[in-house]
Amino acid sequence: MRAGWSYVGRRAVFALITVLIAISLNFVLFRLAPGDRTSALRCQGCTQEFKQQLRIDFGLDKSVPEQYVIYLNQTLRGDFGRSFVTEQPVISELWQPIKNTLPMILLGTIISIMLGVTTGVIAAWRRNTLADKATVWGGILFYSLPTQWLALMLILYLAGPLNLPTSDIADPYLAYSNAGAWAEFVDRLKHMILPAATIGLVLFGEYTLIVRSSMLEALGEDYILTARAKGLSNWEIITQHALRNSMLPIVTLVFLSLGFIFGGTILIESVFNYPGIGLQIYESVGNRDYPMLQGAFLLLTVVIILMNFLADLLYFKLDPRVTE
Amino acid sequence: MSFIDAPMTPLDEVRKSPSRLRSLLSFLRKHPQAAIGFVILMLFVFIAIFGPYFAPYGEREQVGPIFGTPSSAHPLGLDDGGIDVLSLLIYGARVTLIVGFAGAVVAMLVGGSIGIISGYFGGKIDNALMRTTDYFLVLPDLVLMIVVASIWGRSLRNIIIIIGLIYWTFMARLIRAQVKVVRERAYVKRAQALGATHTRIIFRHVIPQIAPLLLAQTVLMVALAIFLETAISFLGLGDPSVASWGKMIETAFSRSAISYGAWWAIAPPGIAVALVIMAFNMVGTAAEDSLNPRLRVSHLARRHFRLRPLPDKEPPK
Repeated sequence: MRAGWSYVGRRAVFALITVLIAISLNFVLFRLAPGDRTSALRCQGCTQEFKQQLRIDFGLDKSVPEQYVIYLNQTLRGDFGRSFVTEQPVISELWQPIKNTLPMILLGTIISIMLGVTTGVIAAWRRNTLADKATVWGGILFYSLPTQWLALMLILYLAGPLNLPTSDIADPYLAYSNAGAWAEFVDRLKHMILPAATIGLVLFGEYTLIVRSSMLEALGEDYILTARAKGLSNWEIITQHALRNSMLPIVTLVFLSLGFIFGGTILIESVFNYPGIGLQIYESVGNRDYPMLQGAFLLLTVVIILMNFLADLLYFKLDPRVTE
Repeated sequence: MSFIDAPMTPLDEVRKSPSRLRSLLSFLRKHPQAAIGFVILMLFVFIAIFGPYFAPYGEREQVGPIFGTPSSAHPLGLDDGGIDVLSLLIYGARVTLIVGFAGAVVAMLVGGSIGIISGYFGGKIDNALMRTTDYFLVLPDLVLMIVVASIWGRSLRNIIIIIGLIYWTFMARLIRAQVKVVRERAYVKRAQALGATHTRIIFRHVIPQIAPLLLAQTVLMVALAIFLETAISFLGLGDPSVASWGKMIETAFSRSAISYGAWWAIAPPGIAVALVIMAFNMVGTAAEDSLNPRLRVSHLARRHFRLRPLPDKEPPK
C-alpha cells in the first residue's frame, strides 16, 4: 500500500508541474503575439502619451521576468484579465459556456460508450465473421470523418426527418410562454441531441477497437472456461465475466479522450451554434480576443490534466498492479 | 506461436536480398488491406500532382449560378461563388496532401531526433526529454493549435509547423522505445568497442534499423495531419489564399450551403478527406503491424487516440 501512495503522490506532482508548464506556455505564447494591448488595432487614435500610460497601467514597461511573476500571481488568484470584446472578467465570461457544454459532452460520451461497448462486444463475440468486420470497419469509417463535416451531414440528413433544432441551446420563445420545467428540459435535450450524437459517432470507433481487443483477451482466460463449464449462458458470461474485466482500458480511455472531446466541441459547437466553451473559443479567435483565448486554453488544459490525474487514480483503484 | 511455428526460409532465398520494389509488392500482396489503401493513395497523389492539367475548370473561375445543381457539365455542381466543385476538389487535393505530408515530416524530424537522442544516450538526457514529452502529451492539441495559429497568423507554413510541433510527442515515445532495443544489439556494442563515434553509430547502425518503423508512423501521422488541417481551416485559421478540402467545407458552411440544401458543396470534400485518411490508416496500420514488435503483444500497445486494428489472438474455444 505504501508503494501505492507514493504512486499517487508522483502522479499528483506530475499533474501540478504540468499545470505550471501550461501556465508558463500560455505566457510565452501570448507574449510572442504580434503587438501588445496598446497596438494600433485596439487603440485607434490613441496619443503616444496615452499609450505610454496604458503600458504602465498594464505593467508592460517592466522586464519580462517581472511581468511573468505578476502574471503568475494573477493567474493563481484566478484573474485572467478582461475580455477585449465585452470588457468583463474572463473567468465570469467563461463560466456560463462551460455550464452549457458539460451536459452536451456528457451525453455525447454516454452515446459513444454505449455504441463502442455494444459494437466491441459483438465484434469480439462474433470474431472473424461478417458482423465483426462490419462493426470494426464501421467504427474506423466514422473515425475517419472530419468532425465538422459529420456534424453538417447530420444537419442535412437527420435534422429534417427527426424534426430536431440545429442551432442554439434553447428555443427563445419557450421562456416567455410559461411552458413549464419539463417542456424546457425536453427542449434543451432536443437541442443537445445532434451535437452529442456527433461526439458519439466520431468517438465510438476507438472504443469499439479497445473493447474488442480486451474482450478477446478476456475471452481467452481460464475463468471464462470455468464459467462455461458451470453452464452459464452466453449473456451471463459476456456481461458478468468477460466485459467486467475488460472495462479497465475503457474507463481510462474515456478520461483520456477528454482532450480530444474538448477539441471536437470547438468544431461541433461552431457548426450547431451551441453557446458553449467551444463556440466561445471560435468567436474569440474571430475577434482576436486574446485574454479570452488565454483563459479558455488554460481552463481546458487544467481540466484535462485533472481528468488525467483522476484516470491515474481510478486505474490505481481498479488495478493496484500499476505501481509496479 | 510466433517464432517456432514460422516456416523456415530456405537459405538461397535469404541470400538474395529482394529489391525495394519487389519487397513493397510482396508486402502489398500479404496485406490486401494495405494494397487497397495504397491504390487509393496513389490515385490521390496522382490527382494532387497532375490535377491542374485535367481539372475541367479553373479554381477561381465562375462558370455558372451560385450553388448550381449537379449536371452533366458540372458533375458535382457549383459552390457559393459559382465555381465548379469537382475542379476545386482536384485543386484542393494538392494543398491538403502537402500539408499532410509536410506536417508529418516535421513531426517525424522533431519527434524522431528527440526519440533517438533520448533512447540512444539514456540516463539523464533520456529522463529530461521524456518528462518534457509527457507534459506536451497532455496539452489539448486542437486548442493549442488554435492559440498558436491565431497568434502566428494564417499561412500554410505555419499550419505545417504547428502540426509538426503538436504530433512530435507520439513519434518521440515510440522511436525511443525502439532505439533502446537496437542500442543493446551486439553489432552496436561491437561498433562502440571499435571506437565508432556516436554520430556514426546513430546514422549507420541505429537509424537504418528503425527507419521502417519511422516510415510507418509517419504514414499514420499524415492522416492525423490532414485531419487537423481540415479542422484548422474550418475555424477560419487556414491559409486564405489557397483551396484545400478543409477550406471547401468551411466556405460551404459559412456561406450557408446548408440552407440552400446544396449537399454537393459539402459532401465531396468530406468524403475525399475520409477516403484519404482511411487509405493512410490502412497502409500505416498494416506496415506498423508487420514492423512494430510491441503490437504483437496486445496489452503492451499504447493506442493514443489512434486506430490500429489489433493482431488477433487465438480465438476463444
